[in-house]
Amino acid sequence: MEPGYYVVLAAVLFTIGAVGVLIRRNAIVLFMCIELMLNAGNLALVTFSRINGTLDGQIMAFFVMVVAAAEVVIGLAIIMSIFRTRRSASVDDANLLKY
Amino acid sequence: MNGFTIATPAQVLAIDVRLPDLDYAAMAPMLVLFGAACLGVLVDAFAPRQSRHTIQFALSFIALTVALLAVIREARVGSRELTADVALAIDGPTLFLQGTLAVLGIVALLLVGERALEKGGPFVSQAAIPVGSEADRRQAREEGATEVFPLTLFALSGMMLFVAANDLLTMFVALEVFSLPLYLLCALARRRRLVSQEAALKYFLLGAFASAFFIFGMALLYGFAGTVSFGGIHDAALLATTSPLLLFTGLAMVAVGLLFKIAAVPFHVWTPDVYQGAPTSVTAFMAACTKVAAFGGLLRVLYVAFDRARWDIEPVIGTIAILTMLVGAILAVTQTDIKRLLAYSSIANAGYLLVGALAFSKEGLSSAMFYLAAYGFTVIAAFAVITLVRDDDGEATHLSRWAGLGREAPLVAGVFTFLMLAFAGIPLTSGFTSKFAVFGAALGVGEAWPVALVIVGVVTSMILAFPYLRVVVMMWLSEPAEQSPTVAIPGAFTSAALMVGVLATLLLGVFPSPVLDLADRAAEFIR
Repeated sequence: MEPGYYVVLAAVLFTIGAVGVLIRRNAIVLFMCIELMLNAGNLALVTFSRINGTLDGQIMAFFVMVVAAAEVVIGLAIIMSIFRTRRSASVDDANLLKY
Repeated sequence: MNGFTIATPAQVLAIDVRLPDLDYAAMAPMLVLFGAACLGVLVDAFAPRQSRHTIQFALSFIALTVALLAVIREARVGSRELTADVALAIDGPTLFLQGTLAVLGIVALLLVGERALEKGGPFVSQAAIPVGSEADRRQAREEGATEVFPLTLFALSGMMLFVAANDLLTMFVALEVFSLPLYLLCALARRRRLVSQEAALKYFLLGAFASAFFIFGMALLYGFAGTVSFGGIHDAALLATTSPLLLFTGLAMVAVGLLFKIAAVPFHVWTPDVYQGAPTSVTAFMAACTKVAAFGGLLRVLYVAFDRARWDIEPVIGTIAILTMLVGAILAVTQTDIKRLLAYSSIANAGYLLVGALAFSKEGLSSAMFYLAAYGFTVIAAFAVITLVRDDDGEATHLSRWAGLGREAPLVAGVFTFLMLAFAGIPLTSGFTSKFAVFGAALGVGEAWPVALVIVGVVTSMILAFPYLRVVVMMWLSEPAEQSPTVAIPGAFTSAALMVGVLATLLLGVFPSPVLDLADRAAEFIR
């Protein structure tokens, strides 16, 4: 199997995630799309690690996973605290700050 | 696709594993702050409630002072080295920016620790309690959370790591280490909690979005160069025979992540909302320290990893700089809230800093570093004044409420006038010397792009002077409103922060040469 295809797959996943962030409204779904983008980055790192013949990329993927986990903790805490008050996780409802 | 060669597992395993050398003295500032932050978490868990604030403040203050001394010691030794297996670069810009971060961190910490202005301080007691509930009304009388101190220290240790990071992975980890505490700090305001949480949500979602771009860019650059160290990327760009597609796509995506943090247009949309919604002391911290850290990282990426691609990136980042200056200056004119006004002003200032960065010369680097230090002091002092102008509902940030403030509190209004003049770049203030240094460095290059940038910079400075002067005119010449806000008497901490900020703004305007010389001597990256 050509490793180049995995780079293309990673780019496609990243694009799906980025488009999702731009068009979806629910903060949780937005957040899942961001996770998809991070995982696309991981796939690209591992693929390039295979192509380059160095292990660095695979180690970097671990770093990205750990950081993503920390990000989930912070992100869900913030989304939860808003949801408890507003009973909604829609980012369109968070509209107190403008202009 | 057939051009790729695939390593066999045996080749992959044949890489010898060795432990990197760690220079603990050079890493001391980051380690001290990180250790103190961990200690702070324990203090919050075990110390009795009434003494927590004192212990936490003293711990943070001592940690920052020790970190500053460690930076000064390292600077006196004059070390220039790559440590931790080229993951960290301890060189002039690193030490200058780490020292700046430590000093600005101490000044911002004074604002964060202030409790004289409001009973229990500006932070909520328990952020997990839903807004408007019975428990929320009960906790309004309780003391504010002291987690803010370890969070601030975590953020500062991440920032110090960020300006020292010499590969993309370290830079990414540092980016998250300083961003995640900031997201939380934004959500911790005691008053207007919904607005504060909304600011945190916006900052978090957009920040995570930007760091996803950074990761993917890092992956592409790793694919291009086979390494993520800046020196390695530089060499690969120099010697590359393959298509530079991966290089430029990767660079663009990494740049998105970094330009988001410095709030350059079109990645600036979070800035006004977050600056307005976050507690004002946190806004001051973000405006000063995040800018220093993010620009330190951007300068290193541009100067160390991509200086060979200079001709290709100059038009793109130049356009971004022009847009940043224009949008920041024009939208600042239309603002009616003082915190939003300063947010747009900070966007425009990011544009001026980009002008210095794009000079791609030693002068450009040193002037940008001087600008960061000078701007940091002024902006912290300005936000310190904003914490003083209050009414029953907390801070009165709407501009109309500031009308006639000069009659009620001439001293505070006078200080704010001075700071506004410094932002506007009037001579004898640091705003003038720093803009002069940055524009002078760009003109010194004598090429088309930097000159165009300077012209836009001067024009937008004139536009930007209008909103600043409008505030000044409003404070001194307008009639006070019916119910004008009161100006609180600053506590010792806020007074100290204000004094340091104003003195630095004045001294860097009148005698800038010591700091300019320092920045000049420091302005050399190692690769």
